[in-house]
Amino acid sequence: MNPALIRELEQLLGRPSVLSRAEDLLLYEYDGSVEKALPDAVVFPTTTERVSRVVKIAAQHNVPIVGRGAGTGLSGGALARRGGVMVVFARMNRILEIDAENRRAVVQPGVVNYELTRAAEPHELYFAPDPSSWKSCTVGGNVAENAGGPHTLANGVTSNHVAALELVLPDGEIVRVGSKHGDANGYDLTGLLVGSEGTLALITEITVKLSRKPEAVKTLLAIFDSVDDAAHTVSDITARAITPSACEMLDGWTLRAVEDYIHAGFPRDSAAVLLIEVEGLGEAVSAQAEAITEVCRSHHAREVRVARDAAERELLWKGRKNAFGALGRLAPSNYVLDGVIPRSKLPQALRRIQEIGQQYGFQIGNIFHAGDGNLHPIVLFDPRDGAQFERAMQASAEIIRYCVEIGGALTGEHGVGMEKSELMPLLFSDADFDLMRRVHDAFNPECNLNPGKIFPLSKGCGEIRARTHSSSAPTFTPHTP
Amino acid sequence: MNASTEKLFARLESLLGAPRVSTDPESCAEYSIESVSPSAIASPENAEQAAELVRYAASENLALVPCGNRTKLSMGMPPSRYDIALDMTSVKQIAHYDPADLTLSVGAGASFNDFAVPLYQQKQFLPLSTPFYFESTIGGIVASGVDSALRHSYGTVRDFLLGAEFIDGTGALCKSGGRVVKNVSGYDIHKLLIGSLGSLAVITQVNLRTFPLPPEARGLVASFSSAAQALDLARLIAASALAPSSIELLSPQLLQLFLDQTPEADPSEPASAPLTGLFPENSWHLCVSVEGNAEVCARYVRDLRQLGSQAGAINIHVMDFTDSTGPDLWHHIGQAIPAILEVSPSAAIFKIVELPSKLSPLLIQLAAVADQASLPQAVMARASGIVYFALLPDSNGEAALSSLESAAARVFDLCANKSASASLLFCPTELKHTCNVWGPPRQDLALLRSIKSAFDPHNILAPGRVLDA
Repeated sequence: MNPALIRELEQLLGRPSVLSRAEDLLLYEYDGSVEKALPDAVVFPTTTERVSRVVKIAAQHNVPIVGRGAGTGLSGGALARRGGVMVVFARMNRILEIDAENRRAVVQPGVVNYELTRAAEPHELYFAPDPSSWKSCTVGGNVAENAGGPHTLANGVTSNHVAALELVLPDGEIVRVGSKHGDANGYDLTGLLVGSEGTLALITEITVKLSRKPEAVKTLLAIFDSVDDAAHTVSDITARAITPSACEMLDGWTLRAVEDYIHAGFPRDSAAVLLIEVEGLGEAVSAQAEAITEVCRSHHAREVRVARDAAERELLWKGRKNAFGALGRLAPSNYVLDGVIPRSKLPQALRRIQEIGQQYGFQIGNIFHAGDGNLHPIVLFDPRDGAQFERAMQASAEIIRYCVEIGGALTGEHGVGMEKSELMPLLFSDADFDLMRRVHDAFNPECNLNPGKIFPLSKGCGEIRARTHSSSAPTFTPHTP
Repeated sequence: MNASTEKLFARLESLLGAPRVSTDPESCAEYSIESVSPSAIASPENAEQAAELVRYAASENLALVPCGNRTKLSMGMPPSRYDIALDMTSVKQIAHYDPADLTLSVGAGASFNDFAVPLYQQKQFLPLSTPFYFESTIGGIVASGVDSALRHSYGTVRDFLLGAEFIDGTGALCKSGGRVVKNVSGYDIHKLLIGSLGSLAVITQVNLRTFPLPPEARGLVASFSSAAQALDLARLIAASALAPSSIELLSPQLLQLFLDQTPEADPSEPASAPLTGLFPENSWHLCVSVEGNAEVCARYVRDLRQLGSQAGAINIHVMDFTDSTGPDLWHHIGQAIPAILEVSPSAAIFKIVELPSKLSPLLIQLAAVADQASLPQAVMARASGIVYFALLPDSNGEAALSSLESAAARVFDLCANKSASASLLFCPTELKHTCNVWGPPRQDLALLRSIKSAFDPHNILAPGRVLDA
């Protein structure tokens, strides 16, 4: 790394706010995915103006800039794939305003998702997106990835809850888009920026919409002796136009791992459980719970339990939200997929995933947002075994390819990042990439900001314009873990 | 037909076939925007033909304005150039409808009968009771970014547009998003098309989430002697656990306008009863609609009655929407803008966005603007903070225009001072000569211009209609 750059950053932010020693940087080499990439420096700015000046310094030295929240992302989005300066928002973690009457909050990007909901609670409000990592992930990261979570089924993903943003562009300019209300004249830049994975701008302030806590909540645990029955139940709930606030599935293999670790109350001998929540007015919740129970029974549910109180409900959710951690007990590493399928095709998709697992010699577990068709097949592997890792990646690519074939998408909430960029041609044509690139360049023409993400490497900065035809059928290129 | 028009006709004919092209001046006049007529109308049969046409226009530097049923073509600034009207109404096929998945992909040119009727048959719908809904195309609804009362609970089209296919300004067929309900694969480029008035791309297909029709619905109209009191009720509702599907405030003048109107009878539907005599005169009315089963609706009505009394309502009237022959105030609410334009073709209708807590003082200031301009006014305000403020001159003479001009300047000024934002949705053409309908320039204008260039590098798509991007 350029010592002059480090010096300038230290002069601007003070030495304690700049990391450049190899042993310090190692902590920022990874996120929640299987990817790794080392930044050249890590900085912790405290104000938007300082972020802007960091960006200007990096631009002068022609090094990339990568934003990062808590590093819980699952696609390598917050990794410095091309090195450079990593801007960590941990010290921009203040809730600037809670406007209860208008149901808005203004926060810095480093505010932890759960902390925002806690701060809103006295006003009977909460922040709806609730990724499993909600107790550690940041709102800035949620915005960058357009994060989801179990309760986005009825309430929508992050982009449905963002009204305005303050940005730092790659040349250091500070711009505001959107409005505190949310509606704004002209093109919907806020809508474009949410989910742009840090490739268009650094986001330094976020105005979010808060939601009213429901009057009543009911959590049901439906227990099945067959995965197929559970899958048909989910498709049928959707087809009957019942919209629970959450509808999660855990298959027998994963629920046993979870149960051994968390003791959430999932029956170890079942083939699958559905964790279904309904919320709203008391009268509506009772009717919905009854209708859902009826659907579960019609698909041979062994039992449908209703959580008796808040404690039991929280325990069930603890089991769901900490499931990925529980799987860590079974294998040194796991790869969590994020494909999406039309909800009517859930039973066939789960069968196909099992076939692919058998074909490649892996046990593939499923713990996912069944209600919106967002699958999270989990492939367990040992990263020290290179051949096994490669096989795991091939199986994963095949699952994603299948999701796309049946009308789905590569990723529902984890983002493309550097992990799925090579699979993007499964969905998008050269013309699509060309337009995406021009939109990218409208913000980030020099590709200083989070390079090597979203776009396949063959269509990366400067490369797409030279290529007019698709190179070949897309293949998944595993990165050495 | 002059030589250049002849050449244009010949070229378009070779691309689309003669029946899909017209250069007849009378037909072209029907596609005029603010008295500017195109030289030709092209009606491609499918997306590929439309893309070929855009490529031709790009090569010849001809300006295109894509359109559907042309109900909202006057929105935005007049295009700075307008050679070809690209009529997309033939591109209307349902590409995919999976009722069990609640997703629909349909051609942009689909009209109500093409997309809404098949949904109704499956007891589903799109919550888009937007202005001119029954005459609109789905592409036009998306491109104009108009909203509906149901946004209170269902959101705007931004919240349920899952993806789109479109033609950029180079003539390339592109797509963004998909047709699944959750998707972060690539940029949400399709969101940029909402409200873009055809200035970024020609929309060819939209993928939407559909919604189940509610089992039952009720409407409750609480009438008050002031707007402030009516908004107090909106505040009480917001602070409660109640989640109505819409909350709309109607000014006394707007309700009177509805009463004076005889809705056109739809032969396929039983006529709804008139609204006459149901509501007190000279009052502000907070109209709340609710959905759910009978028990849920009953709970809403009970609680809303109580909150209405608490807020000082002088009258509360409940409507049961399951009775399709009953008076349908919500139809009028959905079609308030067309109704205003019918009564007063020279009306200036602003859309003003302001936080709910600031609506009350805003309405007082808007009333003062109308008084100062000596113009009748009508207001419809969504409790979520969207105000439709109409000034209704009874003529299109110079004096009326001058009053509108100074009133518009005052509206834009007062919004700039209040962190609100305003735009002029509909107004007389002449007003646009002196007034930018998008209001004063904004801080992110440079970014908007870059986006426009990214989509449309030759500036041939509806140039000049949106901001001055």
